[in-house]
Amino acid sequence: MVETQLRFRDDEPAGDPAVTVDSFGEQTNASAVRIEPGDDARVLLPHLDRIRLVEVNFPVFGDGRGYSAARILREAGYAGELRAVGDVLIDQLAFLRRCGFDSFAPEHPLNAADAEAALARYPEVYSPTVDGRPAIWAKRHGLA
Amino acid sequence: MKILTGNDLKTGAVTWWTGEGWSLHVAEATDVGEHGDEIAARENAARRVVAPYVIDGENGPDGPRPAHIKDRIRALGPTVRLDLSVKPADPDAGSYVI
Amino acid sequence: MYKYDSYDQAMVDARVAEFRDQVRRRLDGSLAEEQFRPLRLMNGLYLQLHAYMLRVAVPYGTLNSAQMTMLGDIADKYDRGYGHFTTRQNIQYNWIKLEEAPDILADLAKVEMHAIQTSGNCIRNTTSDQYAGAIADEVVDPRPYAELIRQWSTFHPEFSFLPRKFKMAVIASDTDRAAMRLHDIGIQIVRNDAGELGAAFYVGGGMGRTPMIAPCINAFVPIDQMITYSEACLRVYNRHGRRDNKYKARIKILVHELGKDEYTRQVEAEFAHLLTQNIEPPLAELERIKAQFADPPFEIALDETVDRSDPDFAVWLDNNVQVHKAPGYAIVTISLKPVGGIPGDASADQIRLMARLAKRYSFDELRVTHAQNIVLPHVRKADLHAVWQQLDEAGLGTPNLDKIGDIIACPGLDYCSLANARSIPVAQKISERFAGREQEIGELKLKISGCINACGHHHAGHIGILGVDRKGVENYQLLLGGSEGADTSLGTITGPGFNEEGIVDAVEKATSVYLANRQDGERFLDTYRRIGMAPFKDAIYAKDAV
Repeated sequence: MVETQLRFRDDEPAGDPAVTVDSFGEQTNASAVRIEPGDDARVLLPHLDRIRLVEVNFPVFGDGRGYSAARILREAGYAGELRAVGDVLIDQLAFLRRCGFDSFAPEHPLNAADAEAALARYPEVYSPTVDGRPAIWAKRHGLA
Repeated sequence: MKILTGNDLKTGAVTWWTGEGWSLHVAEATDVGEHGDEIAARENAARRVVAPYVIDGENGPDGPRPAHIKDRIRALGPTVRLDLSVKPADPDAGSYVI
Repeated sequence: MYKYDSYDQAMVDARVAEFRDQVRRRLDGSLAEEQFRPLRLMNGLYLQLHAYMLRVAVPYGTLNSAQMTMLGDIADKYDRGYGHFTTRQNIQYNWIKLEEAPDILADLAKVEMHAIQTSGNCIRNTTSDQYAGAIADEVVDPRPYAELIRQWSTFHPEFSFLPRKFKMAVIASDTDRAAMRLHDIGIQIVRNDAGELGAAFYVGGGMGRTPMIAPCINAFVPIDQMITYSEACLRVYNRHGRRDNKYKARIKILVHELGKDEYTRQVEAEFAHLLTQNIEPPLAELERIKAQFADPPFEIALDETVDRSDPDFAVWLDNNVQVHKAPGYAIVTISLKPVGGIPGDASADQIRLMARLAKRYSFDELRVTHAQNIVLPHVRKADLHAVWQQLDEAGLGTPNLDKIGDIIACPGLDYCSLANARSIPVAQKISERFAGREQEIGELKLKISGCINACGHHHAGHIGILGVDRKGVENYQLLLGGSEGADTSLGTITGPGFNEEGIVDAVEKATSVYLANRQDGERFLDTYRRIGMAPFKDAIYAKDAV
């Protein structure tokens, strides 16, 4: 199993291995699930209260479906760990964070200094997401 | 013959493998035979070239010449701005690509 | 015009720093080309046929003179003294060095410009009507809505790795001057019977190898839900657009395969959900942006008369000058299509001259048009002669707007690594062949692409030309009957292709059929639509009489 290199949570990581979305529905005791790009994240929504870890796989970094999957889960109130795994690169980290990912297990370890710089790069954001950062428009109009 | 070409990583200039290094002039290209991919991988890793690829070429009176028009235009420069091509002083340079 | 505040500036400055760091990592080997490629593309940096090419965004085609001057200076300082204005209202430089690209972005940032998302599988620069704010037929100035979309789409975290590129256009007139329905999303700002503003969404248009005219999926989205609705359109596409075949990855294929109704149903469901997420900027933000697009201080009681005694000037007036909404003013289009020239190219000196003219005569504003020309939107009629004289001296006074010489052409195989055939030499030969006959032929939009990706909009030309590679030899197909306006239609291929000389002759034959058949006031397109393809085909493929 690939090591989690970056984690932005204080709770204890879930110990269970992640199961596929298909088998998750049948395994009523599973608490960790792995989403592949073609999976529909919405099928997990009725079960959010028993999920502690969702891994979202990026087999190739250019397949951006996982970004939508992450936001859909967070928008539905999912508060457990959301981990990006696979072809996760430094220059994707900031966007992944904004879509709700709070841990990263890249296939190839990232240069720690470059990763930190990438995450701190943008002082502001134009679009609001589930990450709680106020959009620039909210700051402009005293809404944040 | 097989010719190896690519672009200089830093400047983007079109370059041709001479057997010892990279030239701006296709006439100085060498026949890489079966070794194109291997040289390309090595030079790419050394960051002396970007996006290298092997093309078919033919030997002409002035040396190697790419077989396809696209690579002949790469070798010369834009035919509509011959002043910016590798033969800025030759008004007939455009006929090279046909 | 929109002016950056400290937030906008900080975002662009951060982007420059980020790209400088990415270039450093590429040059020191920590980034491989396959990782770096999407990063440079999202900063508009391509590797083209001869060198790196940088595409600079001109949001909704609007520039001030300081920006235009900078574009000229960049051409001199970092390139070879010229730039190429594109069909997406942007400018491209053809001879960029990777090492210098971050410095160029830094120079652009000094004048509130950038190259963000001018390539890559993300939301590209939003285009608009080049006459926005100057033409009488608009409901409102569409640019504030485009600016709202610019900010929303910039660094959008969910939509930066879409199945394919994504192009949006915003207009606010029934007369479409931006080929709106040939975009991934075309938005028309409209007013309903109650007088409220809304956005009509046209989704799934495009050119390329499968040209499609976008259907309207929602005729009235309330204006304070436009961003949320856009987000819904994009999310459905990001999740379900095809990723197995890049030629089927554009949203037009998704809309086509699902069917307009099913796609719309999914968007509406997503929209209903996203409305609960409070992602829409408040109307106050739109008002803040709108205030910056307020009319310039037009003078009143200006003289309406223009001295037409100079015949060359009069021809230019009749061709390149449009009616302005304000009395005493006119809209000037500067043709970048001199006879035998390269469509869309301008030298650094010409770019700076246009900047000076804008500052002196057009309230400091210019526009780039999707037909690769430049507009001075607000010129006093009394100044038209002076403007024309200065343009003419600089080779910018060609009177051919929307005539056969006003050709749209992609860079083609002279510059582009995707091209199959050269476009520019064909444009030059046609332009030379018809020089002097343009007025007689009247409006005729001729568009040339050097490959099936259709950057030269050949599907939407009254006459379209598509360059293909036939066994290593350039070959050109002819299309007739396309249009990109309110009467959008796609051209039909006449038959077998031609070589370079042959395609020019074929265009000549097509125009002859038109001239022989036209009725009063008919444009080429009107005659074609009335009489159909057959007479054209007969003439074009007739065996020459012995």
